[in-house]
This record gives sequence, C-alpha cells and structure tokens, in this order.
Amino acid sequence: MRDTQTPIATSESPQLCGVLAEFETVDALLAAARRVREAGFARWDAHAPFPVHGLDEAMGIRRTRLPWIVLACGLMGVLVGLGLQWWTNAVDYPFLISGKPLFSWPANVPVIFELGVLFAAMGAFLGMLVLNRLPEWYHPVLTSERFRRATSDRFFIVIDADDPRFDRRGTSELLESVGGAVELLEA
Amino acid sequence: MPMSHEMPRSADRDEPHRLGALGPRVVRVAGGIGIAALLASVVLGSLQPDGIERLSRTYLVSFSYVLSLALGALFFVILQHLTRSGWSVVLRRLAETFAATLCWLAILFIPVALSVRSLYGWTQPAADDALLAWKQPYLNLPFFYVRAAVYLVLWAALARFFHSRSTRQDGSGEPALTLSMERWSAPAMILYAFSVTFAAFDWFMSTDAHWFSTIYGVYYFAGSVMGFLALMALAAIALRRAGRLTRSITIDHYHDVGKLLFGFMCFWAYIAFSQYMLIWYANIPEETAWLVVRQSGPWGSLVIVLSVGHFVLPFFGLMSRSAKRRTTVLGLWAAWLLVMHWVDLYWLLMPRWSGEHIPFGVIDVTCLIGLVGVFIAAAARVAARHPLLCVGDPRLAESIALENA
Repeated sequence: MRDTQTPIATSESPQLCGVLAEFETVDALLAAARRVREAGFARWDAHAPFPVHGLDEAMGIRRTRLPWIVLACGLMGVLVGLGLQWWTNAVDYPFLISGKPLFSWPANVPVIFELGVLFAAMGAFLGMLVLNRLPEWYHPVLTSERFRRATSDRFFIVIDADDPRFDRRGTSELLESVGGAVELLEA
Repeated sequence: MPMSHEMPRSADRDEPHRLGALGPRVVRVAGGIGIAALLASVVLGSLQPDGIERLSRTYLVSFSYVLSLALGALFFVILQHLTRSGWSVVLRRLAETFAATLCWLAILFIPVALSVRSLYGWTQPAADDALLAWKQPYLNLPFFYVRAAVYLVLWAALARFFHSRSTRQDGSGEPALTLSMERWSAPAMILYAFSVTFAAFDWFMSTDAHWFSTIYGVYYFAGSVMGFLALMALAAIALRRAGRLTRSITIDHYHDVGKLLFGFMCFWAYIAFSQYMLIWYANIPEETAWLVVRQSGPWGSLVIVLSVGHFVLPFFGLMSRSAKRRTTVLGLWAAWLLVMHWVDLYWLLMPRWSGEHIPFGVIDVTCLIGLVGVFIAAAARVAARHPLLCVGDPRLAESIALENA
C-alpha cells in the first residue's frame, strides 16, 4: 500500500480535485444532498456507512437501467442456448438419441434455461460494475484522513472539481451553509 | 428496517380496519349466488342421463380449485411465522381468514366423498387388473376415508390454531402468542407438506389410478400458492376500493406480493415442465399414457394456452417493477392468473373422463361460481368477526413502515 499521507510527487502544484463535506447525522446528510441537487450539481456523490433510505430521492438519482441490460443478456442466453443445441445436434453432427427427433424442444429447455440464467447473472454483475464505473482503484477522496470515518460513523458529500457548476469558493460555502465540515481535496 | 430519520408509524387507529356492514352483505350476496349456482348445477346435472356423474367430476375440479386457494393461504401463514417475517404482518390476517375457511371446505368435501364411484376407477377394479390389485392396500375405500378425514381435520386445526392465536393477540398484544406461533410453525409446515402431497395423490391423481407421478403433489402445491397470492392481491385491492386498510397496506406490500406471485408462477412452470420432461424423455408407456390424452387434439391446444397464459405472458407482464407497483396492473394479472389456475386444474383432471374432446359447458361454470361463491361467503363471515389487520402484532409498525429499495 502506498502511504496516503505522501502526495504524489509532481513538478506542478497540487491540483484541486473536489470538495469534501462531513456530516454527523443522516438528517444533515439528506438535507445537504437536497440542497446540492437543487443547486444543479451533476458530478457528486454521497457516502454513508450503511444504506440510507431516501438518499436516492434526496440526491435525485434516477432508477438504474440495469434491469434492461439483464433482460437483454437473458434473452441472448436463451438464443445462444437454442442455437447451440440446434447447430450441434441437428446440423453439424446429427446424432440420434433414444429415438427422439434431432431437434426436440423439451430436451433443449434445460440448457436454454441455464444459459438464460447464466447470461442474465453475468449481465447483472458486469453491468453493475460498468454502470458504477468500477473497479476504481484510486480516488482523491482516499487521501483524506477525515474520510476514513465514512465506514464507521460519519456521512460525506463529495463534489468533483470537474462539475460544470464547481467553483472553489462558492461550492465550499454552499456545503458549509448546510452544516458540513469542509475540506478541499487535492492530488 | 429503515434506520433513517423517520420512525416507523404504529397502527393507524383512524383507518377503517373492520369489514363492518360490508361483511354481512358479502356473505349474503356471495353465499346467495353460490348456493343458487350449486342448485342450478344439480338441476342441470339431473336433466341429462349421465349428468350427475358429469356434475361430480366438474365438482371435483372446482373443489380442487377453492381448496387450493385456502391451502395456499395456510401455507402463507405458516411461512410467515417460520421465517419470522415482519414485512407481511399487515397482510397476514387476510391469509389467516382465507385459511380459516378450511373447516367449511371440509363440509364441501362431502359431495366428493359421496361420489367416489364415479370419480375413482380403483373403487371397482377389473378382475384381471394386476396393477390396481397391487395398489389395493393403499387405494381402498375405508383407508381413503380415514386419510381424507385426517387431512381435513389437520388443516382445519392448523388454520384454527394460527387464526385464533392471532385474533386473541388483537386485544392483548401479547408477544408470547407470536412466539408460540413461531415455535409451532416448523412442525406445522412438515405436516402441511405431507398432507397436501398425499391429499393431491388421493383425491386428484388417483382419478387415474394406473398412472403416478411423484411430483404431482408439488405441482398442485405450486398452483395453490400462486392462486392464493393472486387472490390476496385482489382481496387487498377490493378492500382498498371499499375504503378499508387504505393506509396500512402500502404500494410496497403490493410490490412484494407481486414478486411472490411472479416467483410462484415461475415455480409452477418449472414444476410442470419438470414433470413433463422426465416422462417425455423416459418414454415409458405406463407414464406417457396420461400425457398422450392431455397433449392431443383440443387438450393439446389447451397445453399451449397454459404455457402462454400461465407462464409466458405473465412472465413478461409481471416482470417490471412498475407493473407490480400499480394496483390496477397487478390486479388484472392476478385475476388472469386465477382464471388460468382453474384452467390448469380442469386440464389436469377432466381428460380422464372426457377422452379426446373438451366437455366444457354451462355446468362447469355454474359449479365453479357455486363453490367460489360459498368460499368467498365463508371467508367474509370469518373476516367480519375480527379486525382485517393483526392490530396486536408486535411487528405491525415494522410492517407498515416497509420500504422496497
């Protein structure tokens, strides 16, 4: 592990990556998230040690598109399962098994079912990673000493510096005005 | 459990949570229609030469239908205690109520018990029928009646156990009652599983006594639970329209019932196909004879209707989150699946007697309306005596505060 206290050695001066605000309660986090959303920010996130009901609504996160990806993958698995058995059993290498037709659907259903489930599960897992932009090995927020409590007893909002509405003073003041303890993130 | 700013609400005392005047009205109307329809069925039956036999057979189909709904309810109640569920407390009284009709269904079994000779060929086996002779130690009338009595008494007792304790808790709020129901839920579930399996063997599978399928009981069970979940969704929607339980049963509860309905609908398809595929693959005449009748001619078309209507359409129709969260959409699918469930049982039982053609006629409809009417009247009679909500349950507040992610 790299020592997080030591900044990466660069010739340039440290660059501002974003602003971090710490809150002590869920209510403060939810109230702050509503304000940040109303202010029109797009590139920001909230962090909490446990799932917080109502946080998605407060942040204005729209429902995930993942189910559609899973459905498409599942249907693809069905087609692959059907095609595979049709090609191998009925076309490429016809082989008579217990007097059944070469292409008989009841025998194909278990493989179709399993491949449908497999593809859907893979689609759910990989789709989740891609939509969450994971894996992400490093984020500037990890340099903050304060942020370590995000896994135990504190709540955070982080606004990225590349958000179109971001400006150093204004954004910090907004987060302070909703009761956050603000820290600038540099890397 | 929500861990956030909002404390769970406790029972909403202002919300109408009793049937009130609606109870006796439902009993009168449903019971009146039901009894009239049953009488009409008897009249229709006696007009034809072999009409009474015909009636006994369609009666068995519709009896298996209402019985399955009550048994599905009993399963739901036992399962909630077995898993110590909090989310379902606002719905549990509905299930307890439908399960409590099992003592009435024991009375409705009497016509079946009286018409064993037209229903079960094993009661008059041919002299040279070695297979039935071999099965005789199990398939004989005295033992059949003893077993039937055991199942019916057991179900009525289980339903009464859970219903009476739960309603006693309405007044006292005593947590010990919950604990005792939870303690008994595991043995109750084991007894339930065996009794439903063997009742399905005895009453429905043995109509075709040469044939057997070990998964038959599970098949009946899968349809039962699906049918009950559809019924519970419709009952909750009907109560909401009538201004009862408008706040306690929230969209999140409908959503969860919709998920279970979807799940058990798929489970039915899975079991139905499992039964079919093994018989198809092994291709042993002893087993295939049963399917040959059911997949040829008009009955074969019904297989397609069931595959599409009982699985493919509702699979896509109930899949999305928004379908399960809209009471109209959920209600339409629930009603559709309740129809399909009856078609399934008709397909399961009727070909034994009708051969190649589908004998569907007015008598099937009147008999179904009759039994469903009596079933609803019995449920409304039980429901009218108690709150529609487990108002004394320690987990009521937790249930009302349910939130789906």
